Amino acid sequence: MTLLKRLLRTPEGTIGLVILAALLIAGLLAPAISPGDPLRIAGRALLSPFSDPSLPLGTDRLGRDVLAGLLYGARTSLAVGIAAALSAMLLGLFVGMAAGFAGGAIDEALMRVVDAFQIVPGFLLALAFVSIIGVSTPVVVFAIALGTWADPARLTRAQVLSIRERDYVAAARVIGMHPAEIAFKEILPNALPPVLALSATIVAGAILTEAALSFLGLGNPNLATWGSMIAEGRSVLRSAAYLSVLPGLALAITVLGVHLFSEGLTRALGHEGDSR
Amino acid sequence: MNGPLTVDALSKAYSSSGRRVAALDNVSLTITAGETLGLVGASGSGKSTLSRVLLRLLEPDAGSIRFEGEDWLALRGVDLRRRRAHMQMVFQDPLGAFNPLASVASVLDDPLRIHDIADRKQRPAEIAALLERVGLPTAFASRPVRTLSGGQRQRVAIARAIATRPSLLVLDEAVSALDVTVRGRILELLVELQRERGLAYLFISHDLAVVRAISHRIAVMDAGRIVEEGPAADVVTAPRSDAARRLIAAVPRLVTEPA
Amino acid sequence: MSPPFCSVRNLSVRYGLEAALKSVDLDIVRGERLAIIGESGSGKSTLARTLAGLLAERARIEGEITWPALGQAPLPGRDFGFVFQDPGTSLNPVLTIGEQVAEVARRHLRLDWRQAYVHAEGLLDRVRIPQPARAMRAFPHQLSGGQRQRVAIAAAIAAKPALLIADEATSALDVVVQAEIVRLLDGLVREEGMTLLFITHDIALASGFVDRVAVFRKGELVEAGPVRSVLSSPAESYTAALIANHRDLSTKPLITEVVS
Repeated sequence: MTLLKRLLRTPEGTIGLVILAALLIAGLLAPAISPGDPLRIAGRALLSPFSDPSLPLGTDRLGRDVLAGLLYGARTSLAVGIAAALSAMLLGLFVGMAAGFAGGAIDEALMRVVDAFQIVPGFLLALAFVSIIGVSTPVVVFAIALGTWADPARLTRAQVLSIRERDYVAAARVIGMHPAEIAFKEILPNALPPVLALSATIVAGAILTEAALSFLGLGNPNLATWGSMIAEGRSVLRSAAYLSVLPGLALAITVLGVHLFSEGLTRALGHEGDSR
Repeated sequence: MNGPLTVDALSKAYSSSGRRVAALDNVSLTITAGETLGLVGASGSGKSTLSRVLLRLLEPDAGSIRFEGEDWLALRGVDLRRRRAHMQMVFQDPLGAFNPLASVASVLDDPLRIHDIADRKQRPAEIAALLERVGLPTAFASRPVRTLSGGQRQRVAIARAIATRPSLLVLDEAVSALDVTVRGRILELLVELQRERGLAYLFISHDLAVVRAISHRIAVMDAGRIVEEGPAADVVTAPRSDAARRLIAAVPRLVTEPA
Repeated sequence: MSPPFCSVRNLSVRYGLEAALKSVDLDIVRGERLAIIGESGSGKSTLARTLAGLLAERARIEGEITWPALGQAPLPGRDFGFVFQDPGTSLNPVLTIGEQVAEVARRHLRLDWRQAYVHAEGLLDRVRIPQPARAMRAFPHQLSGGQRQRVAIAAAIAAKPALLIADEATSALDVVVQAEIVRLLDGLVREEGMTLLFITHDIALASGFVDRVAVFRKGELVEAGPVRSVLSSPAESYTAALIANHRDLSTKPLITEVVS
């Protein structure tokens, strides 16, 4: 049974996949559904949702279209979240493999670096980094990655250390396989599954961190983001709660979707060994 | 002594809880072309350590190994990898010996590719020939190894081991994890291959009955040392060491008469 | 004829579409030593685990198992002890030997900790662990495979159960240790008057000490009977094949020529 089929067999995997697919489609179709710059003034300020068909979810304090903000915000969240998670994973995989293979002093040194990054709370690290360097999107992506690469590094190293002792790795050495080929063909593919399962959680964390950063005004000001929408809605929370609640809900559903997908993925990968 | 393998005074020690434990203590042996040396001993006697040192998975503390006339321990890097084609191994655990993601074809392709035994176009034919030789249907090539039975996997392991035309095969408890009905057929296959190709075997096991079945000579290990060595029939009928006697006494016998 | 200790009638166990056991009828006599013999896929371990209530959730069970001697389903620890194949993973690595063996006694014999520890040390001595007082404080990884299996046996019999199930308890051990463990099991079971269910793939090993054998193949019971009669005149060709495939030192070797 392919991985996809196994994934869809689990309720978590199916729901998670549906949510993520919906978000992806929303993000991709944003320019079609709400053409134009989402940050432009689209109508009267503080219009309630469902009162004007051309502005289905109303407008904010400056008259910007809330629906457009949500759709384009989905793009930002997913793009930054996935890019940050991918960077964190790649960095973690690389360092973890290097440490696992090198052993000795190099392993020790790398692990102390990992320790250092794990001790500092990821969000504060990202916050400090963005505050110092600036608020462009690549900087935000890198800042988030800095705060999250340590876990995949540790997990990868643990996997490598365990798999190195298996008979099939010894068999590869015995037939004369080059060490680099052993690393990438025999060890890495078998080390990946638990690290991949971790990646979904990292994406969720990255999305939340991005939202938090833009909530604090440290995101890219030229992009529509859910975090900045929530921040904007604070001042009119009593009279126009929808301005903060709607993007907040979007965020919550996104993170839930990612976690459910990750849960489903873990379970689907866990049955890898079944021949039934 | 023109054997493919001559081991002289091999030693390896480990530190365990502050004490040095000798896993190999001054081990010497020879294997001549086309013969099977059976290596028996209880667990902890050092047999597995010896097989790992021979295959250069571990480095010894002292001693020498001459393989096919060369100083085997002096080989490194590319030279070692190239010469590995001549000494291969079959492992105990038919499941753990293969990459969980591998198909039978990729398992057999690796040694053919690494040692240029056949070029890309000829490899499928060579793989089919290997499968046939070990008694497996050629259609198995596309199947994942983990879908095969234990006996079938061990045949694939043997095919992998002979793919590079080695002169010496180290078999470390190669049939211990197999059903009795399957064991006999694998042993017969090994004997046939030996006759055909002039292979030398180092057959390692704690089961003296299995070793007796296919060995010309038997060496007995105990606590890292070789304590007895001789023609198989002699060791089994007239043992001189305590270790051999214990192993002989422990072989289960069918008791068909009332006690 | 007293009722059997355990009666298995028409037992079938399925995992999805695959049948691990098919319509098995078997009696276990009180005080006997019964060997369940089979190769991989025979269902022998499934039978042991079904009796012990250790099957996976997705297993579907049909048929019935009754325990005339107990009157109800047996309680693990008190009514039966189970020894697993791999002594490396059947013991808890973070608890001392003493804790693990004493726990069984404390729970089922209603002893307090001090009494349980004394009892545990006595058990370690009975299973011939050298220096039992020291072993009580040791952790499983500090012992050899054979010693760990002795500890597992001690824990299994700690509450003096009526039945001992040994599921391939010697298959992971080398042949010398295997013989010792078999002797130990034989002696203990005789002394305590326990019933023993010995699961193995090695018909010769079992023939050395059990009373009856039951041969399984692909989930079906092929043949059962007193060990001498089954071995000297097997009724089924499969049993005959198992016997013929047994190899010991008197079997003709496959090598006849001597290489000079």
